[in-house]
Amino acid sequence: MIAVDKENFEAEVLQAEGLVFVDFWSPKCEPCMALLPEVEAFAEKNAGRAKFCKLDAAANKRLSIAQKVMGLPAFVFYKNGEKVFTFDKESIDMPAVQAKLDELA
Amino acid sequence: MADIYDLLVVGGGPGGLAAGIYGSRSRLKTAVIEKARPGGQAATTEELANYPGFFDGSTGPGLMEKFRAHAEFFGTEILRGNIVEMDLSGAVKKLVAKDGTEYLAHAVVLAPGAEPRSLNIPGERRLRGKGVSYCATCDADFFEDLDVVVVGNGDAAIEEAEYLTKFAENVTIIVIHEEGVLDCNKASAERAFKNPKLHFVWNSVLEEIVGDELVELVRVRNIRTNEITELETNGVFFFVGTVPRTDFLKGHVALNEQGYIITNEMMETDVPGVYAVGDARVKYLRQVVTAAADGAVAAVAAEKYLAEMEAFREQVLEADKPVLLLFWAPQVEESISAIGALEAAVADNENVQIAKMDTYRNRKIAGRYQVKACPTLLLFRNGEEVGRLEGVFTTEQVSELLK
Ligand SMILES: Cc1cc2nc3c(=O)[nH]c(=O)nc-3n(C[C@H](O)[C@H](O)[C@H](O)COP(=O)(O)OP(=O)(O)OC[C@H]3O[C@@H](n4cnc5c(N)ncnc54)[C@H](O)[C@@H]3O)c2cc1C
Repeated sequence: MIAVDKENFEAEVLQAEGLVFVDFWSPKCEPCMALLPEVEAFAEKNAGRAKFCKLDAAANKRLSIAQKVMGLPAFVFYKNGEKVFTFDKESIDMPAVQAKLDELA
Repeated sequence: MADIYDLLVVGGGPGGLAAGIYGSRSRLKTAVIEKARPGGQAATTEELANYPGFFDGSTGPGLMEKFRAHAEFFGTEILRGNIVEMDLSGAVKKLVAKDGTEYLAHAVVLAPGAEPRSLNIPGERRLRGKGVSYCATCDADFFEDLDVVVVGNGDAAIEEAEYLTKFAENVTIIVIHEEGVLDCNKASAERAFKNPKLHFVWNSVLEEIVGDELVELVRVRNIRTNEITELETNGVFFFVGTVPRTDFLKGHVALNEQGYIITNEMMETDVPGVYAVGDARVKYLRQVVTAAADGAVAAVAAEKYLAEMEAFREQVLEADKPVLLLFWAPQVEESISAIGALEAAVADNENVQIAKMDTYRNRKIAGRYQVKACPTLLLFRNGEEVGRLEGVFTTEQVSELLK
């Protein structure tokens, strides 16, 4: 997974063509840390079907807020730079995330 | 076939991990199945200062990491899985995870804990993750130099509000009670009143959360005057209690009206060999220390149950001869003399074995065979009950039974 931050978010996500998945996480967020291995496995399994990124939201607060993310964890799908779908803490469920990717890819 | 565990624990919060520690330390083959990361709710609060022995600089995640390491040190396996189905009725219990994995065990401890209650206020659901939060440690960072509202005034609410003041500029607590009245403990209340970043709106409830893509403002109603005031804010944190995570247990163990698991003092549910601990059960105080205590009780009770079951299996169910099983008790005079009558009846009979169980110490088995009188004598062939004598009996009656 590509680590994105305020320096490269524009280029890697907003200017990117096709589907981009961004995991908004932070090291202090226990549920995020719990999900991390599953998210990495998900990215590996679907390599090539989308670009997989992760953003440390605590270290990139303004950027996260500009992306309308103020709660962790959050998974956001972008297509051609447009936000198309958000999973929040309550709705994150890996099979549902996979189904969403299958639908969007 | 999958391994059969002695003890499987569902949920890796403090209750489940304590059960793991006690279980594996008494050499039971023990595993804790956790759907997320071990630690449960206790790992979602930095402000954890009332677990005995941990006060200076300890945090929820820090303490829970110690619980996990302690359990693993004694041999508890920690497995990743979300239990959604089960069959608890038999002697071997089956748990099924969402991904289809099946786990088998002779005894089960249910420790699924609780989750934050939502009030279903207009806007609450839609703006979740967009300013609405139930976890200060998860989301506090976002609110640096911003304003937030806290709903609730119990221990968790006031302590989390205080934690939020380390990040947010202003933290406003909406309190349903009259001025000066908080449900939290006195020490927290006194500290809160002195904190210049904490503000209180008394006699009030949250009516609505408004915002297009992120939280922009809340509408607060004064319950005395019914007057509605708007308050600009960037975030709303809810700490209004919790609800048990027991939906998946409906129809498997007895729950009360609110969904809490009903247990006795030994943490036994209504299903033999199935125990429940922590926030998910009916109890007076839901804290880390009581969850851990429950875990200890349940693991010890389970160990006794397993020993009872194993002795019964070996001596009675799997015996290669017919077995005369006597339920007796040292405190019941007639049952002591029954031992004599029984031994005399089979003195020269090599084709039958005798087993004895203390009725009061082996209540599970006594209950399973509906033993009501003491003494009671049961005759088993190939693991099945084929005859019984209830109450005082004579040597002749035993010989008769054997025919
Ligand atoms: C904000 C906040 C602050 C608090 N502050 C304090 C404090 O200062 N001091 C204190 O003593 N207590 C505090 N508490 C309370 C304390 O956290 C709880 O009493 C305690 O965590 C309960 O432990 P538990 O093991 O019963 O359940 P939980 O901690 O809720 O753990 C249950 C675990 O089970 C898992 N689980 C649930 N269902 C399943 C399933 N079907 N399959 C697999 N896994 C499952 C969950 O993922 C979770 O990890 C606080 C709670 C909150 C929310």
